[in-house]
Amino acid sequence: MTGILAQLSGALASGRVEIVDLTHRLTPDFPVMVLPPEFGQCAPFRKTEVSAYDHRGPAWRWNEITMNEHTGTHFDAPSHWITGRDVPDGATDSIPVRNFVGPVVVIDFTAEAAADEDALLEVAHIQAWEDLHGRIPADCWVFLRTDWSKRQGAAYLNLREDGAHSPGPSPEAIRFLVEERDIRGFGTETVGTDAGQAGHLDPPYPAHATLHGAGRYGLQCMCDLDRLPATGAVLLAAPLKIENGSGSPLRVLALVEKEG
Amino acid sequence: MTEPLQPPPKKNPLKRTRVPVSPPGTRSRAATALAVMAAEGRFALQHCADCGRIQYPPRDLCRACLSGALQWRDTDPMGQLVAETAIRATPDTHFRDRLPIRIGTVLLDAGPSLICRLHGDVSGDDRVRVINRIDAAGQAILLALPLKEVPHMQDDPALRALSCDPRHRRVLITDARAPEAPALARALLKAGASRVFLGLPEAWKPFPARSELEDIGNCSIMPLDVTDIDSVRELAAGIGGKTDILINNARFIRPGGALARPDTIFARQELDTGCLGLMRLAQTFGRAMAARGEDGVNNATAWVNILPIGALVPQPGFGLSSATGAAALAISHGMRADMRGSGVRVMNLYTGPMDDEWHQELPPPKVTPSALARAIVSALIAGQEEATAGEIARDLHARWRDDPALAIREALAK
Repeated sequence: MTGILAQLSGALASGRVEIVDLTHRLTPDFPVMVLPPEFGQCAPFRKTEVSAYDHRGPAWRWNEITMNEHTGTHFDAPSHWITGRDVPDGATDSIPVRNFVGPVVVIDFTAEAAADEDALLEVAHIQAWEDLHGRIPADCWVFLRTDWSKRQGAAYLNLREDGAHSPGPSPEAIRFLVEERDIRGFGTETVGTDAGQAGHLDPPYPAHATLHGAGRYGLQCMCDLDRLPATGAVLLAAPLKIENGSGSPLRVLALVEKEG
Repeated sequence: MTEPLQPPPKKNPLKRTRVPVSPPGTRSRAATALAVMAAEGRFALQHCADCGRIQYPPRDLCRACLSGALQWRDTDPMGQLVAETAIRATPDTHFRDRLPIRIGTVLLDAGPSLICRLHGDVSGDDRVRVINRIDAAGQAILLALPLKEVPHMQDDPALRALSCDPRHRRVLITDARAPEAPALARALLKAGASRVFLGLPEAWKPFPARSELEDIGNCSIMPLDVTDIDSVRELAAGIGGKTDILINNARFIRPGGALARPDTIFARQELDTGCLGLMRLAQTFGRAMAARGEDGVNNATAWVNILPIGALVPQPGFGLSSATGAAALAISHGMRADMRGSGVRVMNLYTGPMDDEWHQELPPPKVTPSALARAIVSALIAGQEEATAGEIARDLHARWRDDPALAIREALAK
């Protein structure tokens, strides 16, 4: 008899289960969230050589890196938002590790996002998805695929004088996912879990407010969501164990079973 | 008649780039004080507080009354050329390349006579105006100019060597997003710069000034973020060898001092941009430019650091900015020493509060983008190492020169 893990190892070795990387490279010019300048900002990624097989260290190469907890492909812990400040186990070091591995479903919102850069995911979109793929199971990650990660440079944040323009969930949709479907977390390809104009919604930044207030997690700045099936993938997303951290850059991987 | 300077031909890749050789740099302490005046573009001589005599060359005591109470004061630079000659042979490696060197004796209207270099359009018994400039060794050189502007006056080889004229030179402005960038680019091109490179940080953000800069012509916008060593290195690899003047205007400003916030986030960003950014540029562009101080008509000639006047006299309400300026100033002095002799001048340009979003609540006078641009270009043409932009910087700089401790106490008094 072979156990589940042995079967998984076999499937990974044979290629029947593929590991998909949903992570952007950490580079100095990857866009970060921009706030009004009087607020503290999200520091972009920076890397400085400490030595590179030279007089600073003859046989080794290593770099010093700096960034914000919310730089690049990153995880939002509940305590990131004021609504989640009192959530038990709401920081990166106290979240139960079982929550870092689990199922994920992907809602394809690419057509809507292509048609309207401010497109909001509504409850009706979720219900239409469920008509095709079945009810979203409890304690599951939900990813919103928009293909936004394929945008380059200034088109990614899509900042204009009235702020950023990018898709995200409506207040009702995120409440539906948390309260009616009891999801574990919500993930996006955009710079945040909320839409670019979400500051004007009620409540402002509904994904942050609702998810984190209910002790749920966020993942953002992901890429290659088009390589995931609508259902059936397993997500591996463990933030760094930062003491009382509000979030963390991380490597987001998905296990995908190949058909046939 | 000064021959107009021609744009330099393309470099011959088979010829070695000439190596900068410093002129002699040793002077007495009194003569070094003349270089302090030269760095500020001032023609100043020693005035005896006891007998009133003006003397040249600088000495430790008054040659008339032996008083030690000598004061450096701006002095009437007008005078009469009374004798001239030319040096046609020298074993000195710096001057050997510049022969013949015309020198003359000028009798100043203010009294003393002095021996100085002569502009090509000065001869005979001309009335002249003497200027005090620093040379590549950082020491004072006096040069007699024609009283009236003559055609192509700035193109005289002796005068051009003592200035950092943008004419026929390529200039890098390190922050295209700074409000003064378009005005500065225009002023440099108007002064004859052949090209202006502008460094653009965070290309993933909108850049509304892009079309304004592109419309100016001869402007190249290139990615550059002084807080990212890879970005600085990459640009230096591209244009480090053809940057003749570098103007570092990259800055991050937030009001407040050490107690303004319960963290060091803004302070770190200020220092990372204003101080460490300068170091990153120095480690890349600085080294490339120092090697090109003798590279013909468009040799590397100047490095300009734009610093807040708070670098000298801390400004109330702008403690972080003052601290960053002071740190950058110390780096700048070190660079000046490191680059001394290369022919590349390191200029500190101190500004008063700029007319920008971070000084919005301060009353005028404030430094407008065009005033800053004018101050930079005129200080370059005048070959200065120390310059100010705006009334507040000029006033505080003078107070600081007079009595630093008093100036600081006065600035921070409630």
